[in-house]
Amino acid sequence: MYPKEFRYTKDHEWIKVEGNIGTVGITDYAQKQLGDIVYVELPEVDDEFSKGDEVATVESVKAASPIFIPVSGKIVEVNEELEDSPELLNQDPHGKGWIFKVELSDEGELDELLTAESYEELIKAEGE
Amino acid sequence: MSRFLPLSDRERENMLKEIGREDLFSPIPQGLRLKEDLKIKAHSEKEVLDFFKNLAEMNKNLTSFAGAGVYHHFIPSAVDYLSTREEFLTAYTPYQPEISQGTLQAIFEYQTMMCNILNMEVSNASMYDGATALAESILMAKRIVKKKNTVAISKGIHPHYIKVVKTYLKNLGINIIELELKDYATDIESLKQTLSENGDIFAVAIGYPNFFGSVEDLKTIVPLVKEYDKKAIVITSTTEPLAFGVIAPPGDFGVEIACGEAQSFGNYPGFGGPLLGFLTTTQKHVRQMPGRVAGQTVDVDGKRGYVLTLSAREQHIKRERATSNICSNQGWCMLRATIYLSLLGEEGFKKLASLNYSLSEYAKDNINKTKHFKVLNTKPTFNEFLVQTDVDFLKFRDLCIEKGVFPGVHLAKFGLDKDKFLLTTTEVIDTEDIDTLVEIMESVK
Amino acid sequence: MKTLREKEKLIFELSVEGKSGIDIEFPVEKKDFQGEYKRGGKIGLPEVSEVEVVRHFTRLSKMNYGVDDGFYPLGSCTMKHNPKMNEKVASMEGFLHSHPMFSYNLVQGSLKAMKVLQNYLCEITGMDQCTLQPAAGAHGELTGMMMIRKYHEKKGNPRKYVLIPDSAHGTNPATSTFAGYQVIEIKSDETGCVDLNALKEAVNEDVAALMLTNPNTLGVFEKNIKEIADILHEKDALLYMDGANMNALMGVVKPGEMGVDVMHLNLHKTFSTPHGGGGPGSGPVCFKKHLAPFQPVPVVEGDEKDGYTMNWNYPDSIGKVHGFYGNFLVTLKALAYIMAMGGKGLKQTTYDAVLNANYVREKLKDYYNLPFKSETLHEVVFNDKYQEEHGVTTLDIAKRLIDYGIHPPTIYFPLIVHGAIMIEPTESESKEEIDYFIETMKKVAEEAKENPQILKEAPHFTPVRRLDETLAARKPVLKWKGEGND
Repeated sequence: MYPKEFRYTKDHEWIKVEGNIGTVGITDYAQKQLGDIVYVELPEVDDEFSKGDEVATVESVKAASPIFIPVSGKIVEVNEELEDSPELLNQDPHGKGWIFKVELSDEGELDELLTAESYEELIKAEGE
Repeated sequence: MSRFLPLSDRERENMLKEIGREDLFSPIPQGLRLKEDLKIKAHSEKEVLDFFKNLAEMNKNLTSFAGAGVYHHFIPSAVDYLSTREEFLTAYTPYQPEISQGTLQAIFEYQTMMCNILNMEVSNASMYDGATALAESILMAKRIVKKKNTVAISKGIHPHYIKVVKTYLKNLGINIIELELKDYATDIESLKQTLSENGDIFAVAIGYPNFFGSVEDLKTIVPLVKEYDKKAIVITSTTEPLAFGVIAPPGDFGVEIACGEAQSFGNYPGFGGPLLGFLTTTQKHVRQMPGRVAGQTVDVDGKRGYVLTLSAREQHIKRERATSNICSNQGWCMLRATIYLSLLGEEGFKKLASLNYSLSEYAKDNINKTKHFKVLNTKPTFNEFLVQTDVDFLKFRDLCIEKGVFPGVHLAKFGLDKDKFLLTTTEVIDTEDIDTLVEIMESVK
Repeated sequence: MKTLREKEKLIFELSVEGKSGIDIEFPVEKKDFQGEYKRGGKIGLPEVSEVEVVRHFTRLSKMNYGVDDGFYPLGSCTMKHNPKMNEKVASMEGFLHSHPMFSYNLVQGSLKAMKVLQNYLCEITGMDQCTLQPAAGAHGELTGMMMIRKYHEKKGNPRKYVLIPDSAHGTNPATSTFAGYQVIEIKSDETGCVDLNALKEAVNEDVAALMLTNPNTLGVFEKNIKEIADILHEKDALLYMDGANMNALMGVVKPGEMGVDVMHLNLHKTFSTPHGGGGPGSGPVCFKKHLAPFQPVPVVEGDEKDGYTMNWNYPDSIGKVHGFYGNFLVTLKALAYIMAMGGKGLKQTTYDAVLNANYVREKLKDYYNLPFKSETLHEVVFNDKYQEEHGVTTLDIAKRLIDYGIHPPTIYFPLIVHGAIMIEPTESESKEEIDYFIETMKKVAEEAKENPQILKEAPHFTPVRRLDETLAARKPVLKWKGEGND
């Protein structure tokens, strides 16, 4: 369910790193908690953020959840398809539902994130 | 006092017994409870009505040329009749759409009408009034253009609106620059200079038509602002949207937020409230719009219906990160506007606007023939214009009042010039009233 | 309510070119607006006669449910009876046509009404002064919080934080943000009240105020309110009271005697003015003397003898919060109500509101779960814990009530209660009506066990049934775009 090559946050974001570019989205667990997602407020390309900053918002009919950036860096691309099809976040959260790509400024920060295993333990605990 | 309380003493006694609580107010510490009744006398319905009749008579309603943000218009009987149906008047906010389709469909119709009148793409379901609508529009523009922090506001905007904007913005660290006027419209040269000197402007707010009645030069202003920064937003603030029956609407010129006051549409002056703030924008910016909005959808059987939508922007969900703290709006005033605009319709709206304009032109012509009064606007106006006099305005006003006429709103009331006043002619005025006013003007020295 | 028609077209779909619902005389020579700002082409307003307008809006009204239709137990909304004399008062010609920019000698009746109402509201709240300018509750909150900010500013530092209990209305945190503050949430204790220890820890010289709803949104009276005020005042932080639930207190306590510095009232809740399908409300702010210099301008002054006027000369005022003086016609309705009730009547109102709520609580507590057991005043919060095991949620219960001709309670609020069902019957319900509600709630609880499907599919008899809110939010259609839009 949760790809081994991804890293995760306690706030239910995932990041997949290729080179020094990280692709970020929300986890399958998060999308299930939120229910039908109706809108994603995307960050602007070229904006720079520090790890933990609020960069985007995911809205369902009855909730709005902030997305925190898992690593520091500059936004290099956003998933514009989400503007017309926010449902991709529900349908394919770990794939087509990615939200933005960030150019990492400190790869060391990745070590602080959760592995798939520890993330699965986390959500198991939350569910109980 | 008991006419609004349907429990009998016997029922109260029995219910209390069933609850099993000896002291109904036991959750409240004794020490906090009042020892005496409130010092307010109870009144029968007749006494209440007599009291208010007396107050209503203390008010004097004259043949009025007053405008300046609130307008006297004729309101067809059907507006009062329909809007006071209890199903509309005594209903709550339509959070349960299945039993609120009446309100919701009316909101959807209102949104459509306002979009069409202003040539904008999206309208919300109302703000408190024109002043707060402008303050909220500026905050909305700030959310869209995140990185800049200064708004430029034309001095041609209603002075009370500017006051409210200052109150709202003061605590949020947003800077305000006021744009100078030339001949009672925004001075283009001064705007150019402001834009060239200040790189921090996220929005420019212009009155359209402005407080002094002038039709501002949006064809020049919007491109100037967009050249300065394509993300910067032009906001228009309108106090009399009936103008758009004859005047090209803000949406024709690339304005991205058009807001204002729609009291003119089926709502009484009512000593300044309740009014009807409107806020319209483009599809692109809808997620940053404050306030409620109704949208079309389908039910489980596939039938068309309406719901409040995009709620995730609002305070009950987004709390401290909401687009606004607004909750209650002016829903019933909005309903009245919808009924009023339905009655006017396409032709009625245009004709009424044309009548207001024609009366105003008649008044302008005749006032300019007098010795001591002249119209100052050089740009076109709609139903309101600025008059200067070299006689003592207050003496002139008192003379008018003696003859049952209120001649217009003194600019000194806004802390502006003592020798100028705003004069408004709507369809409740006729040429005889204007002739009477002009006669008084001619009689003063 | 209930219309015989299956559906009502949009007014635009009824439009036929060449019709109008108004006849306009043109008693002046027509001048055409000329030049580059002349409007051309069609505007897009409907073309219908008065007959069609009357029928259209009458039929729309029949798809609505108002408080005159029956029980409306929306918690935290105080849907009480709207006395009919109110409407008569607010539609007297002398008030309707009163222009806000008339000279003061022409509007003495309006000014007197404002002054009299302000005095009554001060008597009811135990505060020193009152402004009627805010147009709604949230607007009142903003006004009050801006006054607090100005108070601190005058002392040299506006401070940074506002404390808000986790049970608060969303308007409280939103308001604090718009007044330039950051919000710190204070957890409720197991009784549903503010945790005094948590509060003590949170209060320091950076805290501007606490926004407290009392009784809180669970209907629980904050019995430590005096201690709360003391803790705040010790650090010169102020106590703001959200008066949304004043219907539980009128005539029984005065917030001004409990350490509250400033508060707002919702005239459209406690003081019987109609909600109008969303507004207009009115949110007067009542405050103690030390905040008076900061109140919005203009301030009504004077008396019957020397006449009433408006004072704009308050150099430390926060400024204006409304284009004119607030929702004046709404305030008239509240004044009429207060005068009708009198002090004794207002107290009886509070008594009956609390009695009705506790009666409902007692009768339903075996059928619905009570997440907080503390004694409550004018409202009671249940949740769907007992029903969950049958797959039935609060939403289903609410929608099923509609089938029985009852407006659902407030649901999913306060947020600290999972699946909240918040019931506020108000004083306006007869025992017969309340008993009908109780029996219906019991029946629905029974149905949840026996036949959950019937709840899931409810409502059954409304003009439309459950609507697709996801579709509405994903692909927003916010105006009619012409034929074929259906």
